[in-house]
This record gives sequence, structure tokens and C-alpha cells, in this order.
Amino acid sequence: MKRFTRLTSIAAPLMRANIDTDIVIRIERMVGNSIRGGLGKWCFAALRYLPDGSENPDFILNRAPYRDAEILVTGPNFGCGSSREPAVWALQEMGIKAIVGSGFGDIFYNNCFQNGVLPVVLDPEIVQAIAGEVEETQGTGRLTVDLDACEVTTPSGRRHAFAVEPRRRSALLDGLDEIGATLRRDGEIRAFQERDRGRRPWIWTTGAEE
Amino acid sequence: MAEGAKTMFAKLWDDHVIAELGNDTALLHVDRHILHDLGGSRALLDVKERGLPVHNPELTFATIDHTISSAPGRHGTIPRGVELMTALREETAAAGIRLFDVDEAGQGIVHVMGPELGITLPGSLLVCGDSHTCTHGGLGALAFGVGWSELAHVLATQTLYQKRPRAMRVCFEGRPGPGVTPKDLILALIGRIGVDGGTGYAVEYAGSAIRDMSVEGRLTVCNLSVELGAKMGMIAPDEKTFEHLASTPLAPKGVLWLRAVEAWRRLPSDPGAVFDLEVEIDASRVSPQITWGTSPEHVVAVDGRIPDPAAIDDPERRKAVETALDYMGLQGGASIAGTPVDWVFIGSCTNSRLSDLRAAAEVARGRKVNPRVRAWVVPGSENVKRDAVAEGLDKVFVEAGFEWREPGCSMCLASNGEQVPPEQRSVSTSNRNFVGRQGPRARTHLASPTMAAAAAIMGAIADVRTLEHLP
Repeated sequence: MKRFTRLTSIAAPLMRANIDTDIVIRIERMVGNSIRGGLGKWCFAALRYLPDGSENPDFILNRAPYRDAEILVTGPNFGCGSSREPAVWALQEMGIKAIVGSGFGDIFYNNCFQNGVLPVVLDPEIVQAIAGEVEETQGTGRLTVDLDACEVTTPSGRRHAFAVEPRRRSALLDGLDEIGATLRRDGEIRAFQERDRGRRPWIWTTGAEE
Repeated sequence: MAEGAKTMFAKLWDDHVIAELGNDTALLHVDRHILHDLGGSRALLDVKERGLPVHNPELTFATIDHTISSAPGRHGTIPRGVELMTALREETAAAGIRLFDVDEAGQGIVHVMGPELGITLPGSLLVCGDSHTCTHGGLGALAFGVGWSELAHVLATQTLYQKRPRAMRVCFEGRPGPGVTPKDLILALIGRIGVDGGTGYAVEYAGSAIRDMSVEGRLTVCNLSVELGAKMGMIAPDEKTFEHLASTPLAPKGVLWLRAVEAWRRLPSDPGAVFDLEVEIDASRVSPQITWGTSPEHVVAVDGRIPDPAAIDDPERRKAVETALDYMGLQGGASIAGTPVDWVFIGSCTNSRLSDLRAAAEVARGRKVNPRVRAWVVPGSENVKRDAVAEGLDKVFVEAGFEWREPGCSMCLASNGEQVPPEQRSVSTSNRNFVGRQGPRARTHLASPTMAAAAAIMGAIADVRTLEHLP
């Protein structure tokens, strides 16, 4: 797992509600054995390009200085819909490392942590205020997301604390290998399974008679 | 609150906790894991590259659904789909995982074949790398979609870390009127509470309309849980559930079956169990539903009107409605019925089971698809296809002018390259009307199988309840 500690960057407000993972990356871009590295240019394709394939000048991530944003500020329910993890990979390939929003699709939220992207949940009013502040500076004001301190600092210096599960926080700070960590508890897992074979034997046989 | 009364969700969750990790997070045991072609081989390769074995191949199953062509003879399967299928075949064989391959009985959309074969069991914890895994909750399983990294974690450890969601109960009370299907009930709920109304919750569906509903209808209801933002949806198992499972090949048999059923009867929520949120819907007042926009919450009764942005005070919401109407090429304030349609898709993990095809065929029987419409029927699994053919449903569809195709996900999400062309309008029995979901700039209206069949016949969005008066 990639580490995340602290990031100061240009932030791009993308406040439209319910941006789903189909919008983040279209399905046909993620079919195949070797898709990594080819996703970034297709991230947000429906919003980012016009039907003739040219860049849509109205889309925020096509405009300076937002083009260099490493943080997205998002509206409600960002990343809803499909479980596709390539949505996070596409954002990463576009340079996004943290997302500050009022709520996220549940599976997308998990997928962010798995890839070292930090999703930060704040109250809708605060997210709206942050987006407003960023826009007032025409995007030049930088946002800081600090996972160590669990704090977002706005361009004007306002600080907002955020909550994140301690397990996820330390995993990101340390760049934890989750599978390795779980396998260190394999004794516990196997003991559970042993008990379960007695308790629910039907789980452990498919179509068999006893 | 009744002392010690537990929700079904709490029983299912507690049954799978290997370790409590604090902050409502637990390490959970995974009883059933189904892989598909889109992400399955990648996850198996990740585990192999780490030099790890699959922890429990006997609890893991695989099938091919996302990237296979649905054309007769499977012609035109895209090369990158072939890559993924080949890799899935190789890696499942190497790991000792049972694969239900193309053209074999058992192959199908993961959320159709799992419940159909008895891979899915009440009280089991089932995961799959697909957000519509909540479907399996229709049999009383704790089932949810996970990401691809989590797939590798499950393969290597047979466990997952999860934060415990809160519990919601949605009661559908009363008898649905003519033409109103399980799809309409769940769409009406999404319209009421919104696409993030269930975020952070595990939803139990209850009430008389759910008790009276067929097992296949319950799978449809649970399928759309994720469109409420709820990762898990579930329905208490009952005699109908057991009757369904008794005829499935992979459910327990003999003495084990009796023991299992005895345990499954204890799964329903106890009387007096407390939910964090309760919602009630009067099922008798729900009309056939159709979406008008680019989110499943953009839904109206088929005899209703498309929202008029001019009548919306909140500027954010007005802008959202305008953006959606612009994409959909629709006029705010107009009646939704009568909107001309170019494509009809009957299929997907939501509505491609035998009962769905029977219902659509009843509408199609003796009628003709409007010449402006291209209409597809894609059965959810090889077994659904065979059963439908045995009943002659394929002939009914073909005689009416529908294309009868091979089982898979197909045009629900177009991952096999089967797309609705740009700016063409589709009525689809699938689950997502997102921007570009069925193809770049494609315009999707979600509806039930009978509503979709009616749209195909009329060449326009139509109220299935009025079709009986037509030739």
C-alpha cells in the first residue's frame, strides 16, 4: 500500500452531486490484462472531452491552474455506483492524491485507501466553503491535507479536523501491507474455520449429503 | 426494545466475526466468493505474484459474464475480453477453483448464477468484485461488492476488514397494483430517499409485499440496494427461499439440509429488534416507474411528468436537473410517456431471470416490435436460457421482432463492447442510467421487463397498464 502523510496542493472543486465511477472511468478503458498506465487520459472522459475528442474548455481540470491539482474537492456521494477499482487508478494517473468531499460511495471509499489515496469526509457546509475559498483565489490558493494531524487547512489558514478510522490511518501512514498483516493472524482465521465446520457444516460442503 | 432482540443483519454480521478491531471494525470470514472475468484473473495473479496460495479454493467459484459477446454463437467477443477469459480459465484451473464456463450449464451473470445454483445460501457471507453483489441478500445472505484489492485479500486470507454499517428497515406494505413489479417498488424507494439515502446502512426489506413476493422478485429488490448507496440489502429467508434452494445443485442435501434449514429459520430479525432507520412505502400506491435522468433517483411514475427545472427553487438542484435533461435530450415539464425510443434491452443482473422473461414475453406475445426500435433479450444465465427455450419464450420474442441472445452482462454496462449508440434512447431493465453507462452519450431509461417490452412494441415510453387495449 502507498503511504500518505501530508499534501499541500492546488485543489479543484468538482461539486456536481453523485459523480459515479462510470463517469470517472468508462468500462471499456478497463477491460484487458494490462490497463495500468493507460487510464489517466480517460479519467472523466465524458466531462473532459467534447464529442469531437477535443478538450472541453469548461471542464475545471482542463483549466490552469486546476490542471495541476492533486486534490479534488467534491460534492455529495462522489464515487457512487460500480465497485471498479480502476476509478481510483485513473484518478491517480491523473495526479490526484486526496479527495475532500461531503460523502463517498462506500466501495470507492475503501478502494481509495487500498491505493494510498486519502478520501476526507467533512460537513457539506465546510466542503462548500472550501470550494468557495479555492475559487476566490482562482485556484492558486493551496489546500493542505494532513493525515498525521487529521486536519485540512484552507488557503486562508482555516483548519478543519476530520475523522478517519484509526486502522486505516495507520495503514496509510505506515504504507501497511494488509494481506501480510492479516496472514499474521492466520492461526485465528483457521481456528474460526475449524469451529465453523462443526457449527455450520453446510457452508463447507457444496451439494454433498452427510 | 425487546431484551436481546437482534436484527437479521446483526445476526449475520456477528456470525462472521473472527476478530473485533475496535471502532466498529471487524475481521470477517468470507463463506462464498465468486470471481468473474473482468477482475477475477487480475486478483488471482496478484496473489500468485506474491507467492501465496488461494486460502480456500473450495469456497471460491468463478464464471464469465462481463466481457463475453451476447451475439448468437458468441461472435464478436472483443480481443481484450478474450485475454481476460483466457487468464481466468488458466488461473482458476491452477488454483483449483470451479469455473462455470461459457456455454456450460451454470454459466451466467454472477448475481443470477449464484442464487440459481445454490452457491448463495441464507446466513452466508458472500462477496464478489461487483457492486450488485447485494442481489444475493434476496436469499438471506450478507452479500456485498468489494474492490479489486479486496478480492486479492479475500483470495489470500478468506477474510475481509469491514466497518459495521448501521441497520435500516424498509417495509413495503400492501398489494402492488396491476403492472407493478418488484423493480417498480425499489425504484420508487430510490426516488423517495435518494441515491445516498442508504449510504452507511445495511438494508433489510420487509413488509407484506416482500413476504408475498417471489424469490426472483426479492433478488431484483436487493439488486438495487447499491443504487440507494447501501452496500448490503437483505430479505429474511422463508419457506419460498427454502423451496427455491431445495432444487439447486450446490445447496446442502440430506441431513445437512435439515440442519441448515433449522439454522436458517433463526435468521429473521427478532420481534422488537431496533433499526437505526425505518422507512415505510405503501406498495399499493406505487405506479410503474421509469427514470428520466442520469441517476436512479431521477425516477417518475410512467403516467407522471418530467420535472420542470423552472419550478425548482434550490439553484444546485435546478442545475442538476437541467444538466440531466440536457444529456437525456428531454423537455422539463413534459409527460414522460410517448417519448420515442430507439433501443430496448431486457437483461442484466436486475431483471434477466426466468420470471422476468416470462413477464416480458406475455407483453410481446402476438405483438410486433415497432420498426424504429432494436430490441434485445439477453437471458441472465445459460440455465435461464435453456429453461426459457424449453417454454418457447425465445420463439415468442423472435416472432415479435426481438433479438434472442446469449447470456451475459451485455448492454447493461457495455463492457463487452455492446453499446447503445450516441444520443440514442434506450429503455433498459438494468440498474444504472448513468452518463455513458450503455455507451458514450447513450440515453438510458430504467424500467421493469414488462415496461421495457411495452416500449419496444409502442416505439415509445408507454404505460404497460394501457397496453391491453392495443392491437
